[in-house]
Amino acid sequence: MIHFVLLISRQGKVRLTKWYSPYSQKERSKVIRELSSLILTRAPKLCNFVEWRGFKVVYKRYASLYFCMCINQDDNELEVLEIIHHYVEILDRYFGSVCELDLIFNFHKAFFILDEILIAGELQESSKKTVARLVAAQDSLVEAAKEQANSMSYIISQATK
Amino acid sequence: MNPFSSGTRLRDMIRSIRACKTAAEERAVVRKECASIRAAVSDNDNDYRHRNMAKLMFIHMLGYPTHFGQMECLKLIAAPGFPEKRIGYLGLMLLLDERQEVLMLVTNSLKQDLNHTNQYIVGLALCALGNISSAEMSRDLAPEVERLLQFRDPNIRKKAALCSIRIIKKVPDLAENFVNPATSLLKEKHHGVLLTGIQLCTDLCKVSTEALEYLRKKCTEGLVKVLKDAVNSPYAPEFDISGIADPFLHIRLLRLLRVLGHGDTDASDCMNDILAQVATKTESNKNAGNAILYECVETIMSIEDSSGLRVLAINILGRFLSNRDNNIRYVALNMLMRAITVDSQAVQRHRVTILECVKDSDASIRKKSLELVCLLVNENNVMSLSKELIDYLEVSDQEFKGDLTEKICSIVEKFSPEKIWYIDQMLKVLSVAGNYVNDEVWHALIVVISNASNLHGYTVRLLYRAVQLSGEQEILVRVAVWCIGEYGEMLVNSMGMLEKEEPITVTECDAIDVIESAYKQYTTDLTTRAMCLVALLKLSCRFPSSSQRIQDIIAQNKGSLLLELQQRSIEFDSILQKHQNIRSALCERMPVLDESAYSGRRAGSLQAAVSTSQGAVLNLSNGVGKPSAAPLVDLLDLSSDETPVPNSSGNDFLHDLLGVDLSIGSTQTGTNQAQKSGADVLMDLLSIGTLPSQSSLSSLDGLSSSKDNSASIDVLEDLSSHTTLPVQASTASGGFPMMDLLDALPPSEKKREDSGPTYPSVVAYESSSLRITFNFSKQPGNVQTTLVEANFVNKSSNAYADFIFQAAVPKFLQLHLDPASSNVLPASGNGSIIQKLRVVNSQHGKKSLVMRIRIAYKLNDKDVKEEGQISNFPPGL
Repeated sequence: MIHFVLLISRQGKVRLTKWYSPYSQKERSKVIRELSSLILTRAPKLCNFVEWRGFKVVYKRYASLYFCMCINQDDNELEVLEIIHHYVEILDRYFGSVCELDLIFNFHKAFFILDEILIAGELQESSKKTVARLVAAQDSLVEAAKEQANSMSYIISQATK
Repeated sequence: MNPFSSGTRLRDMIRSIRACKTAAEERAVVRKECASIRAAVSDNDNDYRHRNMAKLMFIHMLGYPTHFGQMECLKLIAAPGFPEKRIGYLGLMLLLDERQEVLMLVTNSLKQDLNHTNQYIVGLALCALGNISSAEMSRDLAPEVERLLQFRDPNIRKKAALCSIRIIKKVPDLAENFVNPATSLLKEKHHGVLLTGIQLCTDLCKVSTEALEYLRKKCTEGLVKVLKDAVNSPYAPEFDISGIADPFLHIRLLRLLRVLGHGDTDASDCMNDILAQVATKTESNKNAGNAILYECVETIMSIEDSSGLRVLAINILGRFLSNRDNNIRYVALNMLMRAITVDSQAVQRHRVTILECVKDSDASIRKKSLELVCLLVNENNVMSLSKELIDYLEVSDQEFKGDLTEKICSIVEKFSPEKIWYIDQMLKVLSVAGNYVNDEVWHALIVVISNASNLHGYTVRLLYRAVQLSGEQEILVRVAVWCIGEYGEMLVNSMGMLEKEEPITVTECDAIDVIESAYKQYTTDLTTRAMCLVALLKLSCRFPSSSQRIQDIIAQNKGSLLLELQQRSIEFDSILQKHQNIRSALCERMPVLDESAYSGRRAGSLQAAVSTSQGAVLNLSNGVGKPSAAPLVDLLDLSSDETPVPNSSGNDFLHDLLGVDLSIGSTQTGTNQAQKSGADVLMDLLSIGTLPSQSSLSSLDGLSSSKDNSASIDVLEDLSSHTTLPVQASTASGGFPMMDLLDALPPSEKKREDSGPTYPSVVAYESSSLRITFNFSKQPGNVQTTLVEANFVNKSSNAYADFIFQAAVPKFLQLHLDPASSNVLPASGNGSIIQKLRVVNSQHGKKSLVMRIRIAYKLNDKDVKEEGQISNFPPGL
C-alpha cells in the first residue's frame, strides 16, 4: 500500500502531497522536511529507494521534480517505480509535455488525475487511455456548468428571481 | 469575469506568491489572501467559494494553517453542481484527515452522493471515502459501497473495490460481506476492475482466514488461468509497458497466488507450472519485466515445497545481484534476506558478490548488504568475512562506520573460534574505528582479556604498539590504559611471549609515557582520565623505581576542578606517601572477571536498567556470583559514590570493576549515604575519607597500620564477604564493619558505642509463633531518618516458607522497605530473617513513630497471616 505521494522540486518546494494514511499536519510537515533532505541530497545513479522509519520510499526524478511514494517494507519497489512512471506519462499526455509550471498553476488538475490512478493507496487503473478519458469527461462537465452559468438566459433568470 | 468580484484569481495569487523574493514577503501575501478568504467565509459568499477553496489548497501546500476552510469543503460538497462537488471533495481530502471530527458531518452528503444519478459524482464520493474514511464512516457507508461493486459502469466498480479495501482495513468484521462480490470481480475482463478486484481479494485474505479458505478453494484455478491468459496475451497498446501487457495485473495476480499458496500444498501444486513459465519467459532487460520476476521469486519462496522452482528463483536473484542497475541489486539483496530462511546454502553461494555490495557507493545498498552479510556469518566463514569487513572499515565513509563497526563487533563476538583471534580482531577494529565502539563492546573485551591469562602479555604488547600508531582512537586508548595498568610488568619484561610475536623492548618509562600522554591528550574526558589515574597507581607498584615520577603526575591533579579527579589524586597520593605497607595489596591485579555472569548481566541489563534507581539497595540481597572477588575490587576502585556490590545491570557492574563509575553520588539521597559508608570503609581506615563522623576513627587508623600486610589482606577479604550482607547498608558510619571484624561485637552494641544518641532495641511484636525485634540507628546529620533493622525469629518448631513482612505508616511518615535477607525462616529460633526499613519522620520531635504490620508466610504449605500494631517505639525517633 502507498502511504503517501510527494512531489518535491529540486529546491525543496512541495508541489503536491497526497496522504493515504493518517498523518497530522505537524507530522506531515516533519515527514516532508525529513524526506526532502534525505532524497534531494542523494547522488544520481544511486538506487531509487531509501529506507525511512521502517518504510521504504521510492523516488524518481523527472527534470526538476522528484516524485516520491512511501510503501511498506514488503511491497514491490520496482512496481512502484512503474506506477510513478504511469502517473508521469498520463500527466504528460494531459498537459502536453508537462513541466513543473503546469503542475504549479494547475495543481488541482494533477490531483484530479492522481485520484483517477490511486485510491486508498492502491492502483486503480492500468490503462492510460481510460484515465485520460475519465478526466476529460469530468473536465467537460465542469466546462458545461461554467458555460451555463455564463449564458445570457441564466443571468436573466437569476436577475428576475 | 465579474469586475466587482472581490479578491484575485487563483492564477494571479499563485503568480504573486511566486514573485515573492523573501519568506516575509510570501507570508504577507498569504496573510492578505487568507484575510479575504475569511471575509468571504463569514459573508457566506457562494459565487467564489469554489475559487477560494482552490486558493486555500495552494496555501495549505505551502504549509500555512487552513483549518478555517474545513467547513467550506462541506458546503461545497453539499452544493448541487459537479464543479463545486469536485473541488469540495478535493479540499476535503487535502485539508482534513480521518481523525478530525468535522469529517463526521460529511457522512450524510457522502451517502447521498453515493446514490447520485450522475456516475461521476458517485465516483468522487467513492474516491473521498476510499482515501479518508474513518472506522465509523466505513461502518455507516459499507452497504452503499457493497452495492456499488455491482454498478453497471466498470469505472465505478473499480473505485468501489478499492473503497472496500479501506473499509475492511478499518473494520475487519465487515470482511465477510465483501467476500462474494469480490469473488465475482475476479471474472471481469475490464483491467481496472480485475486489478482492483484482485487487490481486494488479497486484502480480504489478510484480514479474514475464512475469506482466505474460501478463495483458496474457489478461485485458485481461475486465477491461474487468468495469469496464464495475461502471460500469453498478444500485444495490447493500451496496457503495454516495455513489451509486457499490463505488468501491474501480473504482479497483483502473483501476489494473490502467493497468499493462497502459502501453507497449502494443493494450491501450490496448482500454480507450479505457471510460476515456472513466468520465471523463465519474462524479459529481464526492462524494469517492468524485473518487477514481475521479483514478485514471482517472492511467490515461489513463499509457497509450499517446490525445490525445482526454488533453484530457478535463486538463480534469478543471482542474475539480479550481478546486474549493473542499483535498483535491481537492491531488490535482490532484499529478497535474498528473506530467502535465507528457506535455503541458506543457496544464498551462501552468492557471498562474495554480497560482500562486494557492502562496499558499494550507494548507502541503501550498503545497508541492506551489511544486514545480509550478518545473517550469512557462521563459524566456518567468520574468519574470512570479518577480515574483509575490517579491511573495508578503514576506507569506508564516516557515516557508515558506526553501523559497520557495530555489526563487525557483534559478528566477532558471536562466532569467534578462539580468544586470541577475538582479541586480535577487536584490537584491529579499535585501532581503525575506536571512536565508534560503544561501551558494552569494550567492556566485554576487557572481560575476555582478563579471562585469557595466557594472553595477558601478548595483549598488552599488542595494545602498546597499537596506541603508538592510533592514539587518536579514544576507546583503544582506554583499553590500553587499563591493560597497561593491570599487566604493565608483562609489557616491560616481555613475559608470556607467544611464538608468532615479534620481540619488543619497552622500558618502564615508555609504559608510563603512554599513560601520561593519554592523560594529557584526553583533557575533556573524565572516564579516560580517571582510568589513567588508576592505572598509574597500579603501575607505581609494578615499577617501584618509577614511583616518584608517578607520584608527581598524580599530585598534579590535587587541584583539579573536577571533583572526581581531585579526590582520586588526593587519595592515591596519600596511599603512595603514607601507606606503603598496604599499597601492594591495594594494587594487586584485578581478579578474573566472571564471563558468564557478565554476559548474563548484559542480556539482562535492559530489564535491570529500569530498576537501577532502587537497584543499589536491592542488589545487596540479590546475591553476587563471586562475593569475595567483587567487593574487593570495589575496595580497590575507591570510588566513593556508589554501592559497592555489582549491580545487576551490566554497565554498572563493569564500571565498578574498572573503577570508573562516575555517577555523581552527591545528588542522591539518604539511601546512598548509608551505602557510601560501606564503600568508604577502606578510605576510613586510611583516614582520608570525608564522612563527618571521622573523629572516632583515629584509633582504627592506628589499628590498621599496626597490622602487617598479610593481615590487612585478610581483613579485606573478610570485609568483602561481609559487604554482601545487608548489615553494611545500615551502618551509620564507615568504621562499623571493620570494628565488627576486629572485635566481633554484636552489631547493636557497637552502634551504641559511637553513633551519638542511641536507642534501645524493642520487641516490636510477639505472638506464640513469631517474635520481631527492632534495632534502631540514626544517620548522623539527619534527625528525621531512622534506620530500623527488623529481626524475625521463628518460635515454632516448623520452618516458615514464603515469609513476607509488610508495614504501613501514617501520612507524616515515609517508609522504605529493603528486601529481606531471606524468605525462609528456620524453625525454633535457629536463625532469623533480617530486613531493613528506613523511616522518615516529617514531624520529628512532635510525633513519634507508629506502624501497622502484617506478616504472611506458609506453614506446611498453609497460608498464615498475622497482623499487629507497633506503638512502643523509643521516644525521640
